[in-house]
Amino acid sequence: MSADERERAYLDHAATTVLRPAAREAFLEASAVRGNPSSVHSSGRRARSVLDEALEQIASLLGVRRSWLIMTSGGTEADNLALRAVALGAHAKDPERTAVAVAATDHPAVVATAGSLASGSPAIEARELPVDHLGALRPEGVAAALADGAVSVVSAALVNNETGAVQDLAALAAAARPHGTLVHTDAVQGVGHVSLPSWEDVDLMSLSGHKIGAPVGVGALVAKPEVPFAVTSTGGGQQRGVRSGTLDAAHTAAYAAALQETLAEREQQSRRLRALSARLRAGIRAVDPGARFTLPEDAPQSGHIVHVIFPGADSDSLLFLLDERGVDSAAGSACSAGVTQASPVLAAMGVSDQQARGALRLSLGWTSTERDIDLLLAALPESLERARAVGALFG
Amino acid sequence: MKVLAAMSGGVDSAVAAARAVDAGHEVVGVHMALSKNRDQTRTGSRGCCTVEDASDARRAADRIGIPYYVWDLSDDFHDLVVEDFLSEYAAGRTPNPCVRCNERIKFASLLERATALGFDAVCTGHYASIRTDGPAGAPSLHRSRNMAKDQSYVLAVMGPDAVGRSLFPLGEYETKEEVRAEARARGLGVSTKPDSYDICFVADGDTRGFLERHLGEAPGEILDEAGTVLGTHRGTHGFTIGQRKGLGIQHPAPDGAPRYVVDIDPSSRQVVIGAAELLSTRELRATDVISFEPLEVGRRVHAQIRAHGEATEARILEVPAGAGPEGAEPAESLRIELSTPIRGVAPGQTLVLYDGDRVLAAATLERRA
Repeated sequence: MSADERERAYLDHAATTVLRPAAREAFLEASAVRGNPSSVHSSGRRARSVLDEALEQIASLLGVRRSWLIMTSGGTEADNLALRAVALGAHAKDPERTAVAVAATDHPAVVATAGSLASGSPAIEARELPVDHLGALRPEGVAAALADGAVSVVSAALVNNETGAVQDLAALAAAARPHGTLVHTDAVQGVGHVSLPSWEDVDLMSLSGHKIGAPVGVGALVAKPEVPFAVTSTGGGQQRGVRSGTLDAAHTAAYAAALQETLAEREQQSRRLRALSARLRAGIRAVDPGARFTLPEDAPQSGHIVHVIFPGADSDSLLFLLDERGVDSAAGSACSAGVTQASPVLAAMGVSDQQARGALRLSLGWTSTERDIDLLLAALPESLERARAVGALFG
Repeated sequence: MKVLAAMSGGVDSAVAAARAVDAGHEVVGVHMALSKNRDQTRTGSRGCCTVEDASDARRAADRIGIPYYVWDLSDDFHDLVVEDFLSEYAAGRTPNPCVRCNERIKFASLLERATALGFDAVCTGHYASIRTDGPAGAPSLHRSRNMAKDQSYVLAVMGPDAVGRSLFPLGEYETKEEVRAEARARGLGVSTKPDSYDICFVADGDTRGFLERHLGEAPGEILDEAGTVLGTHRGTHGFTIGQRKGLGIQHPAPDGAPRYVVDIDPSSRQVVIGAAELLSTRELRATDVISFEPLEVGRRVHAQIRAHGEATEARILEVPAGAGPEGAEPAESLRIELSTPIRGVAPGQTLVLYDGDRVLAAATLERRA
């Protein structure tokens, strides 16, 4: 039997989860509607109505107004708008706002965007917020970064994409408020797994479709009306003039359908996934008592990600061996051209490059079952043995 | 067998992988990432190291219907090939980085990793043949049928153990056109991809500039064989034994004949130039011998010192420990006598000895006495 025909365990939902049938249906239905939502004729109005229905549904699910939504191509574009367009918009309004601050463990869509602002015009300084060994922001580091009032927007992911660590956004907001600093969170990994932060605390939130069962190619930036934006991409002036481009009814409808299901199931699913990840942890400990979990079981974290380090094992080899045995997993976040790089997330948490070898990220989603866990645990002993043999060669 | 096909993204390795599948092996494609900071797209002739090449390899694996992975061997490549290249030049020697890559990466790091992961062999798109009908019965390395493409010279350093765990399906092809035609017939998009040449890690093809950037300036004198100073240079690494152009010498030789680099001494930073006759040698000395079968003193062989050079008839004069038959008195290095003198022998070059088309040994040439 070839590897393709064998029963597979998909343990990489944090990369892309499985498309929800409801989202697929909604996409197909909305994409069959003729017309551009911005056209004034009857067909255009019908298309606009489909879009608006979807936007209203999303807004109501998130507890925001429809006008707060800026639909994007995904989480990365939303993060770019939140860091670049807002930083420049805030600076235009108040030239003293010359910096942004981001959690050291945030996704490259946030960290790299912030970093790129330094070479822009006007130049915006990027400050990195330190985290502790559990990936939580260090309050004294946050206070120091925000103290001079120069930071226009501070950003921290709700749930870390590699480790699953949950950030205390209320505490961040309390630190930011006295300085008039806007709070952004990349909630891409959090939706459906943890409760969303209060709109009292955050001003901007990035969302992504394919992490919740909508297709790849849709996301959103939720932004309060008072958030200042500079225009960083130009065109027909759709979506507050911030995100020009033809309005996409089909993707928006698919996103709405996926979000509806995801939030309706959240409590029951997150209970289920927590039980599965507990089973996963126990199974891994039984296979390899030396395995080190990056977050202890009682640390604040999402139940859908288990990040574990197998000392002495070669990560690339481990992925290959598990794949060969029917298990899809990841070493960190997926990288360009398949090369796994040393993880800046682990480095920020104080894990050295050497200690980070043998890292494996297992992530669960709405289709995960006990069978997936069992397949992994069955494949793990031999895979680990061989991955350690390679690790010994290249240690 | 379970076979790991090394896929560069070029046409040769793609056809080789497809051939291994045809032969009934269970094949997995692996692209080696040899640099941490790869260009996105390919420009010029360096054909294996960009993200675009990795993507070509992935498409080829898809067409062939095999799993595909990228393995990051960039640390090993940097430490064992790029650093070696620089330190060899700094020591006044002329290394061949492709030979080092075969010796230390493809048929060492990659092969060892593959073996540890349960593979029986590594398959590449090299032009060479492996036969098991040799005198010793063990697998032996031979020139490819297509002499113009033959790569047995750069492969010889892999040694006899690795030969037994390698597949070179292209060794039996008569021409490169045949390989391209087969790629076309198999629907492989890389069928028209140009051949790669030049050193893959010298991004712009300017080897001298690369050496100068990494080794810096180390000025010294250019002398003739009598010791007269004729000029100065910016670093011995800018010179190769046998080099004629770019010496920067104003005064012509007394007899008007062209002059060549005949010796490089990195410790005194001196470059000696002289007449062509001084480059000719009948005797070669080499160390770090990797032998495929015991070498007997007096044996008649063919010697080759360049990837695309001709082999010259030679006789073995001395054999170091480990490379000769049991009980033979070991010498310090491998010494051979050529039937006709050859020119431009530079220390650091690889010497490969053949018996007909069968590889007998590889070794590294020493500075002439």
